[in-house]
Amino acid sequence: MSWLQKLMPSRIRTEGGSKRTVPEGLWTKCDSCTSVLYRPELERNLSVCPKCGTHMAVTARDRLEQFLDPEGKQEIAAGLEPADPLKFRDSKRYRDRVVTAQRATGEKDALVAMTGALNGRKVVACAFEFRFMGGSMGSVVGEKFARAGQESLRLRAPLICFSATGGARMQEGLLSLMQMAKTSAVLARLAEEGIPYMSVLTHPTTGGVSASLGMLGDVNIAEPGALIGFAGPRVIEQTVREKLPEGFQRSEFLLEKGAIDMIVDRREMRDEISSLLDILTAGVHSKPVSGELVDS
Amino acid sequence: MNPNYLDFEQPIAELQAKIDELRNVGSDNAINLDEEIQRLQSKMRQKIKAIFKDLTPWQISQLSRHPLRPYTLDYVEKLFDDFHELHGDRAFADDHAIVGGLARFRGRALVFIGQQKGRDTKAKIFRNFGMPRPEGYRKAHRLMNIAARFKLPLVTFIDTPGAYPGVGAEERGQSEAIARNLQLMSRLPVPIVCSVIGEGGSGGALAIGVGDRVNILEYSTYSVISPEGCASILWKDAANAEEAATALGITSDRLKKLGLVDEVIPEPLGGAHKEPDEVAGRLADCIERQLDELSASSADELIENRFKRLMSFGQFQG
Repeated sequence: MSWLQKLMPSRIRTEGGSKRTVPEGLWTKCDSCTSVLYRPELERNLSVCPKCGTHMAVTARDRLEQFLDPEGKQEIAAGLEPADPLKFRDSKRYRDRVVTAQRATGEKDALVAMTGALNGRKVVACAFEFRFMGGSMGSVVGEKFARAGQESLRLRAPLICFSATGGARMQEGLLSLMQMAKTSAVLARLAEEGIPYMSVLTHPTTGGVSASLGMLGDVNIAEPGALIGFAGPRVIEQTVREKLPEGFQRSEFLLEKGAIDMIVDRREMRDEISSLLDILTAGVHSKPVSGELVDS
Repeated sequence: MNPNYLDFEQPIAELQAKIDELRNVGSDNAINLDEEIQRLQSKMRQKIKAIFKDLTPWQISQLSRHPLRPYTLDYVEKLFDDFHELHGDRAFADDHAIVGGLARFRGRALVFIGQQKGRDTKAKIFRNFGMPRPEGYRKAHRLMNIAARFKLPLVTFIDTPGAYPGVGAEERGQSEAIARNLQLMSRLPVPIVCSVIGEGGSGGALAIGVGDRVNILEYSTYSVISPEGCASILWKDAANAEEAATALGITSDRLKKLGLVDEVIPEPLGGAHKEPDEVAGRLADCIERQLDELSASSADELIENRFKRLMSFGQFQG
């Protein structure tokens, strides 16, 4: 065992092992309306401010905890960890940034994927961990997403992804860019097989993730008020040299422009996706699958 | 300063100016200056050799955007016996930053798509500096479908700083347009050969860059983010672009080592613009050979092999 591993907390994941890394204390403040909130109540409300409805950030693990049925969860590719193929270094070394992020989040990289159930239906779900280097997609995120997709294909179970990310991870160079192609290719397989893919865009989803797995949902869903786009607002402002209009690139704007199908409140997410899947998987004109006749 | 030469090429520019001057004098006065011109030419060759022997990634990045570098349509003219440009995405507009159409290449019919930059100010604006908008990617998507429908191989040339980051582009779904192309290219039932001929700028480049073979010209770059963009985020200062260019591993030799490109097409001393015909010939030979190889595979095999290739991208532990 290396000195590094000794320093790291042992993190053998078991079902339902949710980690709270929010600061201790019973009281917290809403990010938006600054109301003082009782933390247990906020958590019961899935981190949506009961006063103003702002959807606050949740960790990847809490997200899946909220979304999936309590029973039957199993993590996919939990052991994958970043390598440092470029020996990348800016003001800090990539390796050090990874270790810092791992300590802060308790995750090995920025995506958590699980098989589980949604109202009793077998599904595969994954969620981005934004606190891990801005939820950036490098080799591990791409590989985990691809394996989640393969699991979906194997089980013929719908795939759901909750994104929260700044885009591709610069520290893995072009390898990160290629994850866009990799994840899109798996989703093409799902589409061919008629297995539903639900993309849930949460605050924020930009860059290479938005321009690949983010926008490829059979149904694209956004949480209210999420920033969603290809280029970040700062880059656009520098390009067009003017102030961007209020609400630009927010969920409501995307709905108006036709980029997403619907905006769904986090507290309704399970039921809405569950209903959508009921309908999408009820098609009588679809081919019978693996011996199960549709009308049997 | 000669604007047609990069900073580090200025010594070459000076020698070239001297040679040109002597040539003019020579033709005016009928004095034989051949010897002096030859001496200077040999000196210039030495200088070019010395400069190009140890190019830094940042210098290569500048070369990939060299104002004289051949652009997509320059190669189209040299490579194809026949080219019919097709326009428009059928929904919104024709994007001039992406050109595409039906072509005949050494007797073979194919579909071509490439990003196009402009040479002078007017053309630069017309081509939007080679930065496509969603309608450009949707035009490309339409052409990819034509390739599939008529069983024609697809050849693409990549040369873009990136997809355009503008208000209209966002409103019309830049992300979705790029994502759709990635998805379609991953399953297109025909051979796809992609070549980076200049700047391979991030998702905007990849949106026409998913293929069975990916080539890169020696002094081209392909990167997840521009060195300037990376420097301004990670170093908090675009002035650190030189360090970022090195760190990002954007040059042809490093990409080859990482297994992300198949072939590096060598460029002549001084870069592709010194001998565009020579480079076009090498590029054409490479593409022809690859299309020959790929045409031996069935559509199913192509799709299966491309899928395996895409799944193999990535380096991790565990």
